Order: sequence, then structure tokens, then C-alpha cells
Amino acid sequence: MLEVRNVRTGYGETEILRGVNLTVAEGEIVAVLGSNGVGKSTLNMALSGILPLWSGEIEFTGKRIDRLSPAEIVEAGLVQVPEGRKIFPNLTVEENLELGNYRGDRSRRKAMVADVYATFGRLKERRRQYAGTLSGGEQQMLAIGRGMMSGPRLLILDEPSLGLSPLLVEEMFGLIGRLAGEGLTILLVEQNVIQSLEIASRAYILENGEVVVEGAARDLREDSRLRQAYLGL
Amino acid sequence: MYPIPIIAEALINGLMLGAVYALVAVGLTLIYGVLHIVNFAHGAFLTLSMFGIWLLWEHAGLDPYLSILVLTPVMFGLGYAVQRFIIGPAGHGRDNSILLVTLGISIIIENGLLVVFKSDTRTIATDYGFRVIEIGPLLLSWPRAVGFLVTMATAVVVWLILNRTDAGKAIRAVAKEKLGARLVGIDVNHIYALTFALGSACLAVAAGLLMPVFYVNPQTGGAFVLVAFTIVVLGGMGSVTGALLGGLLIGVVEAASSLFLGDSLGQIGIFLLFILVLLFKPTGLFGARI
Ligand SMILES: Nc1ncnc2c1ncn2[C@@H]1O[C@H](COP(=O)(O)OP(=O)(O)O)[C@@H](O)[C@H]1O
Ligand SMILES: [Mg+2]
Repeated sequence: MLEVRNVRTGYGETEILRGVNLTVAEGEIVAVLGSNGVGKSTLNMALSGILPLWSGEIEFTGKRIDRLSPAEIVEAGLVQVPEGRKIFPNLTVEENLELGNYRGDRSRRKAMVADVYATFGRLKERRRQYAGTLSGGEQQMLAIGRGMMSGPRLLILDEPSLGLSPLLVEEMFGLIGRLAGEGLTILLVEQNVIQSLEIASRAYILENGEVVVEGAARDLREDSRLRQAYLGL
Repeated sequence: MYPIPIIAEALINGLMLGAVYALVAVGLTLIYGVLHIVNFAHGAFLTLSMFGIWLLWEHAGLDPYLSILVLTPVMFGLGYAVQRFIIGPAGHGRDNSILLVTLGISIIIENGLLVVFKSDTRTIATDYGFRVIEIGPLLLSWPRAVGFLVTMATAVVVWLILNRTDAGKAIRAVAKEKLGARLVGIDVNHIYALTFALGSACLAVAAGLLMPVFYVNPQTGGAFVLVAFTIVVLGGMGSVTGALLGGLLIGVVEAASSLFLGDSLGQIGIFLLFILVLLFKPTGLFGARI
């Protein structure tokens, strides 16, 4: 479904991604792991069309998307829930959701909002509240709900468990599992290595802007040498 | 000391003129709140709008209040185009360059107007320019009362646009969370231009309200925007409600200081208040943003 080939990019003169290759098949949860600052979020920004590529290609559902605008990429069905949530604090919960389907028509948008409320009861309770007043966990729910609003085919989740209490982290991984169970393809960027490897089918480990290890999540979980070398476990 | 009715009359007339100041300030603060730049071309756009009102009066015999209906869409379109096709591309997204570009645009407009209209001052002599409304012992200026009511109506329209339309929600979203907005598929350049358009459209309304009681020459807008900028700071940079309340306050302060210090010192009160606010509450009197 997603194919990333030899992607190089960075900020200004500084190269961050030095030729990344990665694939995600339909229905998979694929984890992207690696310590802070290796370029995971940079990869996501390249995928979403925020950061232009220096070279390489990105193909999504058989079509090149590396020259498309962020809006066109969302329309193609690739949606990112960014690190730090990036919700609109000065808009209500419901307005945040509505903007998640900015280009849709009213009736479809209504139906999608109802869908999101069915998944996240808490958001419905707080629909008229400004998003900035939500707790961290609720804000993350809102960010994911907003991402679901356009009916994506592939959802990128960038550190969805960051800053959540252990209980909420459990809940978050449960939710990711359920979304995948409903047929959504997920690219999961996480610091929470153990839980990510439990939920993912495959994983990539990034170091210095390159993929240094890739494989079935089960194998990575069990290879103690790998775990020590790259995951600090 | 003046008798109470005279003071009340001056303050109410000041309040009503303040409303029109507020309209100029609303445009300025909206643009600041969303693009995070001070638009130096705002004054020139106001001057341009006032000349537009004057031209429609002089050559088409159109009443200034009716001209608002003609000029608002024109200024909306002009604001959109100038941001989208000049300021955006020429500014390269760097705040300093954008400031210089808006400054450049204002210089071009002002000098263009000087060439066409010279530095003569022009007025519109409507038959209601000096009409008054008697309310008990008070004599209130009719055109200022119209200005006040139309400003309030315009403020409601701006509020409805920002809070009830998709484009308005996108404007508020971009103001606070640009990356989040891009990631849901909002075209930020379009929203920037739309914000500029909205701010410029407010100027067309202000121009139509001002011309029956004021004059225009190629420098007029600049003086207004200086006051409007004071209002923007007073109201909290980027706060639309703050600009509205700040405008009313400034109108009253100006009226009070002209009454007690004399007409030529009317603006001293404004700048005194400005300095006091900068010293003691630099985030503005009314905090809430967009
Ligand atoms: N907007 C930016 N401008 C310049 N450098 C950046 C920017 N964002 C991230 N970086 C740098 O790029 C590198 C990779 O960052 P990032 O992709 O956020 O890492 P990760 O998500 O894996 O923690 C880091 O060295 C970071 O400092
Ligand atoms: Mg990151």
C-alpha cells in the first residue's frame, strides 16, 4: 500500500534521512522505532507532503504522492496524527473534528463525526468544550478522531502514547489494535518499544537517518542481541 | 468645568467614532492574529477605500453608505490578491521580508494616490453630515450613530464568518496551529489571503462610515492606522473582541482629552493610555484571542 524508496531529505543544508526504504502492506501495523532525533518524525513529514524530498520516491496505493500537496495526500487517504497532537486549542472539540474533514460535504461530515463519537464517548461529552481545555489523554483521542474524520486508508501515528499515564498507554495500544481490526492500515512511530512490537506485524529500526534493521516484529522481540544494540532493552 | 450633558454628549460621540476606529483595528488585529505580521499597508488600503468612496460620490453620485456595498467586495478581492500574489510570494515566509513588502506596498499606494489626487484634501458634503439626533438633553451626531450601528453589525458578521463558516474555522485553526491545519488538508496560503481579504473588506466599511464626517488625502489612512495600532496593542494583539472594545475605549479617551485639553491635543490622551498599558499590562487589556 505504501512504498518508500531511497528517500533523502532534511532541513536547510542538513540531511536527516539518508535514503530510507520502507513498505507497508494493506491491513498491517508497521512500527518505526529508534531513539530520539533519528528522523522518525521527519519521515512522517515527508510522507505527508510537508517536507519536500531531496530525492527518492513515495508511492501510495500505486500512485506517486511525493509531489502532491498535503491536502492532496490527505485526499488520497494518507493521514497523519502528528507528534504533539497539534489539535486546534482555540476551537471546540466538534470544530476540531469538522476540520478533520475540511473538504468533505456536510452530510458525510456529520456521519463521520457520529462515527468518531461512537468510538470516543468522552469526546462527545466534551463536544462544546475548547480543545485546549482537554486532558492530555483526551487531546490524543481528539487528534486521532480528527485524523479518522476523512476516512483514511493509512493512518500514521507519531508517538501516540507520549506523555500519557501507564493506564492510558494501555488504552491507547488497545485502541490502535481495534482500529487495525476494523481494517485500517497503521504506521506506528513509538518510543514504547515492547508494546509496539507486540501489536505490530513488522518493524523498522531507524538510526542516523537510515533503516538499520527490519523484520517481523516477533523476531525483533526475541532477538536479544538486537534488543540490546538498538532498542536499549 | 463643563455641564454634565456636554460631557456626556462628547463622550458618547467619542464612543461612536471609536467604533469606526475599532473596525480599522479589527482588520489589523485579524491579520496579526493569523499571519503574525503587522500589516503596514493597512493605512494605505484605508486611504484607497476612502478615495473609492469619494470617487463614487463625485462621479456616480452614489451615497457613501451605499458605496460600502460596492466597495466591500472590491477591497475583499484586492486584499486577497495582494496577499496571495504579492506579499506571500515576495515575503518568502520570513517575517522581516513580509514587513518590508507591506511597507513597500503602502509607499506605492500612497505615492500613486499623490500623483493622481495631489495632496488636496477632499470631503463629501452629504445633507446628513451635520444632522443630530436629540435624546433628552443630548445632541448626538447622526452619521456617527450610523457609524456605530453599522460597525456593530459588521462585527457580528465578522464573528459569524469566523465561528460559523468552514473558512472561518480554518482561519482560527491556522492562527493557532499551522502544522495541524496543513495536516488536515487546509491550504494555508489560501487562508492567509482570505484573512487579508477580510481585514481589507472591514476597511471598505470603515471608509464609507468615515467619509460623511471626515476628509481624505493621500496620508489620511496612516493617521488612523496609528490609532488602530494602539487599539490592537490595547486589546491584545490578535484579539478581535479586544480590538472592538479597545476601539470604543480609545474613542471615549480621545473625546475626553479633546474636551478638557482642546481639540489639537485630543490624541495625547490616546498615547498616554498606550504608554500606560505598555508599562503595566503589555499583553493588552482584554486577553482573549481570535
Ligand atoms: N524543523 C526542523 N528544523 C531543523 N531541524 C530539525 C527540525 N525538526 C527536526 N530537526 C532535526 O532533525 C533530526 C530528526 O528529528 P526528528 O525527525 O524529529 O526525530 P525523531 O522524530 O526520530 O525524534 C533531529 O536532529 C532534529 O533536531
Ligand atoms: Mg519524533
